[in-house]
Amino acid sequence: MAIVFDRPKSLLDVTLSYCPGCTHGIVHRLVAEVMDELDIQGKTVGVAPVGCAVMAYDFFACDMIQAPHGRAPAVATGIKRAKPDNIVFTYQGDGDLAAIGTAETIHAATRGENITIIFINNAIYGMTGGQMAPTTLPNQVTQTTPYGRDVDSAGYPIRVCELLSTLDGVALAQRVSVDSVKNVNLAKKAIKKGFQNQIDKKGFSIIEVVSTCPTNWGLTPVEAVKWLQENMLPYYPLGVYKDGEKGDRLK
Amino acid sequence: MAERFLMKGNEALAEAAIQAGCRHFFGYPITPQTELAAYMSKKMPKIGGTYLQAESEIAAANMVLGASAAGVRAMTSSSSPGISLKTEAISYMAGSDVPALIINVQRGGPGLGGIQPSQADYWQATRALGHGDFHILVFAPATVQEMVNLVSTAFDLGDKYRMPAMILADGMLGQMMEPVELPEATETQAAPKTWAVDGHEFKRERNVVNSLYLTPNDLESRVKARFERYENIKQTEQRAEEYLTDDADIVVVAYGASARVAHSAVDLARAQGIKAGMVRPITLWPFPTNIVQKVAKTAKQFLCVEMSMGQMIDDVKLSINCSKPVNFYGRTGGIIPTPAEICEEIKILEGAK
Amino acid sequence: MSLNMVIAGFGGQGILFAGKIVAYSGLIDGKEISWLPSYGPEMRGGTANCSICISDKAIGSPLVTTPNVFIAMNGPSFDKFINSVEPGGIVIVESSLINKKVERDDVKVSYVPASALAEENGLKGLANIILIGKLFKEFGFSSEEALYKAVEKCVPAKKAHLIEANKKALELGMNS
Repeated sequence: MAIVFDRPKSLLDVTLSYCPGCTHGIVHRLVAEVMDELDIQGKTVGVAPVGCAVMAYDFFACDMIQAPHGRAPAVATGIKRAKPDNIVFTYQGDGDLAAIGTAETIHAATRGENITIIFINNAIYGMTGGQMAPTTLPNQVTQTTPYGRDVDSAGYPIRVCELLSTLDGVALAQRVSVDSVKNVNLAKKAIKKGFQNQIDKKGFSIIEVVSTCPTNWGLTPVEAVKWLQENMLPYYPLGVYKDGEKGDRLK
Repeated sequence: MAERFLMKGNEALAEAAIQAGCRHFFGYPITPQTELAAYMSKKMPKIGGTYLQAESEIAAANMVLGASAAGVRAMTSSSSPGISLKTEAISYMAGSDVPALIINVQRGGPGLGGIQPSQADYWQATRALGHGDFHILVFAPATVQEMVNLVSTAFDLGDKYRMPAMILADGMLGQMMEPVELPEATETQAAPKTWAVDGHEFKRERNVVNSLYLTPNDLESRVKARFERYENIKQTEQRAEEYLTDDADIVVVAYGASARVAHSAVDLARAQGIKAGMVRPITLWPFPTNIVQKVAKTAKQFLCVEMSMGQMIDDVKLSINCSKPVNFYGRTGGIIPTPAEICEEIKILEGAK
Repeated sequence: MSLNMVIAGFGGQGILFAGKIVAYSGLIDGKEISWLPSYGPEMRGGTANCSICISDKAIGSPLVTTPNVFIAMNGPSFDKFINSVEPGGIVIVESSLINKKVERDDVKVSYVPASALAEENGLKGLANIILIGKLFKEFGFSSEEALYKAVEKCVPAKKAHLIEANKKALELGMNS
């Protein structure tokens, strides 16, 4: 009998550490499928963040390194500059990428560093038990915004793709989600483009995946997807914010 | 003999690193190490290397982590406040068994401190260059020529033991010019870095560079294994230079810039009939305990001279179990002591016996 | 005899460059040498100074605190270092810019109006080298051959056309 659905070779045969219903699993699978389809596993080095995906080094079949909190784009820069023929990607959450690692993210982007960033935005710190993230929505309740995020005190959420799209080093800045079959397919296309850009030396690519955190949102997986659609997507519209190659606007 | 020419300490460090095969430099501007980065920015593009001015010292050190993990010789340089920022990545390097070269051209502290030469980062370098149980190799050159020589040693031993290595210099050594001979560029004979993350190409098991061990027993056994390696290094890699110690009643212990001043002070004291000598540690970690112990058998007392409030003195006392008096003389804040004031201290101590 | 020299003046007067020529002369003669500049914000428009040692033995402290040679190129530097000069030492004063006299009688002083001399001889900007020429006459810190070679070595390739002017400035100083 023909096998029509199998584990991608670039995803190891281990149990993922993520909570039930968390969308990390889907995104891991998409990244692994893309590695398989582009036949790049053998030359890929992945950079794991600090956060829920810290143990991503146990899940992907390529070489992996674990970076300090927020520094994944700097570590990736070091690897890529040392070995330009390798394919280097980081896999980071919102606290890692848009709070402690803001400088590393922005500067890797503006240098046009030829790397691919997978950015999971679920509006909360998952690993540490549900604190406010830089992308937590106004009035959203978290452990450290128990009365809802008060923008007068805690400020406003950061729209990362919009921010980075202004930088000339960026090739691709695209926001996707995995809340429906259609969007899963779109997300995979975007991730594939992000890696293809690197192969084609086009510059910095970031794919922001608007994601759920049922555990820390206090919702069932199905309710979490619904909450994402009703609350996250209006603030973080899906779409392409930059698609081209670094420096193209200056030509 | 190779041609001798004049080079600034900072530039000599940079050229020596290039000669040692380093092609990846990640930095961030800070006085008084500026010339090192500037030299790299001039040279690296011409030899196919990378000079990258990072967004911060934190990022620069993490770029070194990435490049070293990918298997190349990589380095960063900074001065005291910048080194504090690099400690995060250095702890990760130590915890992931990744070698790298870090250069600290020390200036006065704490805080923003000053920009004049200092040796106040001894504790930081030898005790706590980041969180966790670990050591790094620390070398303390006292001349521009020795800066050149120790750069390749630091790279070689860092690779051999898979750990970060530091050159602990200071603003005086970084800024001064002295004659140097550069070694012939040699192909590094380092063992292949089979642990590096540079793509498995399906020819080997995948590599993982990681410092996270959530099971306490795993982490403990990793740290213990690393400390066994440290024990071996302590036995084999201690380095120091002795000067007139054979018959010395008072032995000055000083490293780097202050050792040069102390050397002149010992000469002054000898000229006045005082039996003074000196031990100059070249490795600060591992500390040259064996030599200090040996000298303690004949010396009557020690005088530690540092450009700090007294940091290395702890290691001198520990080395000899406080079996002889260990005195201290130091200037801090960016002041280089004079030979005369150290000689005066020697005279007081010898008279006060 | 060892040279322990301080040269000091304004940033932009070529203090460090003049020191480098002295240091290189010693190097070419096969001596031990050190050259230590002041650094930091004071270099940007303020005072600059430089310590140079030439010796047959390894140099201990490269920071010269009691110079046996002192070249003063401005008033503030004159005031700062004049009392630190070793008794019997040599002091050279740029007298176009410093109108003070040395009150000590235990040092050998030369007054050289170097800036004026430079101007008169079409060597603008080479007052520092004129003073090195004078020092060479007062304190032969190296062989003459080494001194001229040092000039060739220290003048950057881009400014090679200035080598002759530098040599002329040295001679002017020697004969001043």
